[in-house]
Amino acid sequence: MVLTSIIVLAVIGLVSAVLLYVLLQKFKVEEDPRIDQVQSCLPGANCGGCGSAGCRNFAERCVKADSLDGLLCPVGGTETMKNIGAILGMTAAESTPMVAVIKCQTICNNRPTTNKYDGVRSCKISQAVYSGESTCPYSCLGFGDCVEACQFGALSIDAETGSIKVDGDKCTGCGSCVKSCPKHIIELRKKWPKNRQIYVKCSNTDKGAIARKDCENACIGCSKCVKECQFEAITITDNLAHIDTTKCRLCRKCASVCPTGAIVVENFPVIKPKEPDKKEEAGA
Amino acid sequence: MITFKVGGVHPHDNKITASVPFKKVAVPTEVTIPLDQHIGAPAKPIVAAGDKVKVGQMIGEPGGFVSAAVHSSVSGTVKKVDKFRDAWGTYHPCVIITVEGDEWLEGIDTTDTLITECTAEPKEIIDKISKSGIVGLGGACFPTQVKLMPPKDCTIDTLAVNAVECEPYLTHNHRLMLEKGDEVMVGVQILLKALGIKKAIIGVENNKKDAIEYLKSLLPKYTKDCDIKVVPLKMKYPQGGEKQLIQALTGRIVRSGALPASTGVVVQNVATVFAVYEAVQKNKPIVEISLTVTGKKVKEPGNFIMRIGTPLSAAVEMVGGIPDGTEKLICGGPMMGKAMISTDTPANKRTSAVVMIDESEAKRGKESNCARCGKCIDACPMGLEPYLLGTLSQRNMFDELEKHYVYDCIECGCCTFTCPCNRPLLDYIHQGKANVMMIMKNR
Repeated sequence: MVLTSIIVLAVIGLVSAVLLYVLLQKFKVEEDPRIDQVQSCLPGANCGGCGSAGCRNFAERCVKADSLDGLLCPVGGTETMKNIGAILGMTAAESTPMVAVIKCQTICNNRPTTNKYDGVRSCKISQAVYSGESTCPYSCLGFGDCVEACQFGALSIDAETGSIKVDGDKCTGCGSCVKSCPKHIIELRKKWPKNRQIYVKCSNTDKGAIARKDCENACIGCSKCVKECQFEAITITDNLAHIDTTKCRLCRKCASVCPTGAIVVENFPVIKPKEPDKKEEAGA
Repeated sequence: MITFKVGGVHPHDNKITASVPFKKVAVPTEVTIPLDQHIGAPAKPIVAAGDKVKVGQMIGEPGGFVSAAVHSSVSGTVKKVDKFRDAWGTYHPCVIITVEGDEWLEGIDTTDTLITECTAEPKEIIDKISKSGIVGLGGACFPTQVKLMPPKDCTIDTLAVNAVECEPYLTHNHRLMLEKGDEVMVGVQILLKALGIKKAIIGVENNKKDAIEYLKSLLPKYTKDCDIKVVPLKMKYPQGGEKQLIQALTGRIVRSGALPASTGVVVQNVATVFAVYEAVQKNKPIVEISLTVTGKKVKEPGNFIMRIGTPLSAAVEMVGGIPDGTEKLICGGPMMGKAMISTDTPANKRTSAVVMIDESEAKRGKESNCARCGKCIDACPMGLEPYLLGTLSQRNMFDELEKHYVYDCIECGCCTFTCPCNRPLLDYIHQGKANVMMIMKNR
């Protein structure tokens, strides 16, 4: 009896194995083995910063593409792209590492609070209702949709001031936060060495007088910085200054002339009082 | 007594101003007239700074098929064509006019005499409505002329007049029926003529018994060659919703994704009907709106008629200002209205009320987890599952939301109102719905 069972089971097993093998051969999906190789180079965060649905999708796009132009994994940066290039036999262009900056100071002492919001603590839902707790319709709402969107833990809400802080070391420049912000006040900028950054921390495009009423630190479009900049890096559109990172040389002169303090410098050594001025005079 | 069958809630109606007659708010020294007082494309300005305008003169022409004209509500000089920031912090295009005197455009009949005879042809009527910038004054502000020209595959047989006013606190439609009953009846006749049908039903909620009786007493005068009925409805929110009203009055159900006109019914708000009367019989475009300014602690709450572009604060001053302890200012009714930051925003065709409520009514309760009690499902007038839609929206599961018909949500707020766990369901669903609608549009 035992023998019969063993034989029957063995026959069933054999038939199934043959059937499975035949079916496998018939419905085989041909896949480029390079896709797996490329995927193993990628960070595997599935952040969507490259514009694909995930790392696998990006690998498929890379393998299919004729050249690596326009394909960039912002998290891995140049190094990852070079590795991918080596696998696929293509050359990858140099890319600039990027970092996110919040273009609003969000310090409530400087912008008058006119009302209190007691709804859902979410920027998107609050934005659907109205423009926020201050009079400035461009200001950061501070509920942290971007903090939630960041998969690298680079963003945090400052417990004291309520403003959003970006950790330059952790930020990969994937752009998830940019997409999550309903106010569109997060910008990706070039990452300077030592996380140094100089930019206009304001998004108010109203005329100067109105912007000033909304917030003490608003950019009023006075164009003092434009005149001060020797490298023509600053432009003003819609009463709002913008510093072009490709032209900026981090001289910090614009920040010193800004009457409202809208231009901020981050992670620079403290300027010793009046010394730079003297040097300049001597040079002139 | 009849009402709609699915869902609905019973908020306290608080109609404290039902017996207060309309008062006129004085014409201010400067008006800001928004150019996007309707659904659809904003009107294109046809005046420039320095132009002299009269009351009733067109200052913005329709910017597309679904759009409406905008008229000057005052006479004076155009100061500038600009944009302004409203009470919610968003910008709208507008025309700012400095008031000089009160001179009306020639051809507009400003007297109160009733003209019952309508000689205009259906085409002429629709043309006049379109030129007068009439939009649905129930809150949605959908251009009326578009509604009167339904798609060819819809055969219209009934006109439903929405005189339900199911929002708590609001009474301006109630007052309009009492003070301008004859005009409303003539308006109904004009709309019947424009649609080429004979049957009209005026649906009034049963808390306005005097209005029902008054309108019924007027019926014999106006039903010689058409069939107009006044139907009292059992009180239930949101009876004033287009789909709910069609269901309550005719028993017909608007299918998911279909136009309300597909059931053969065209719904018009009673204030719109009055505006149609004024436009067709008196050549008067919409330059004034009626609104209720109210609240439990307000000194003299009342109903007002004010020119479009007048700041709402002018009406608020007439009721004795904002009372102490006011926690929330709401533009519109408390169920669907939006909380405002200040009353310093111009009245427009969308404005129906300013409700001032104190902490006891305004404060949101502490949100807790869903208890799965299913009260929101019972309350939803569209037969949806709000608890599920809320959670799916919170998790950004848009495919699932679409499968559960989130686009059918009319955003009436019954689910949030009824939730014992104080979950802000509508806030979540609104967000999810907006995303799903965008995905469907881009498809």
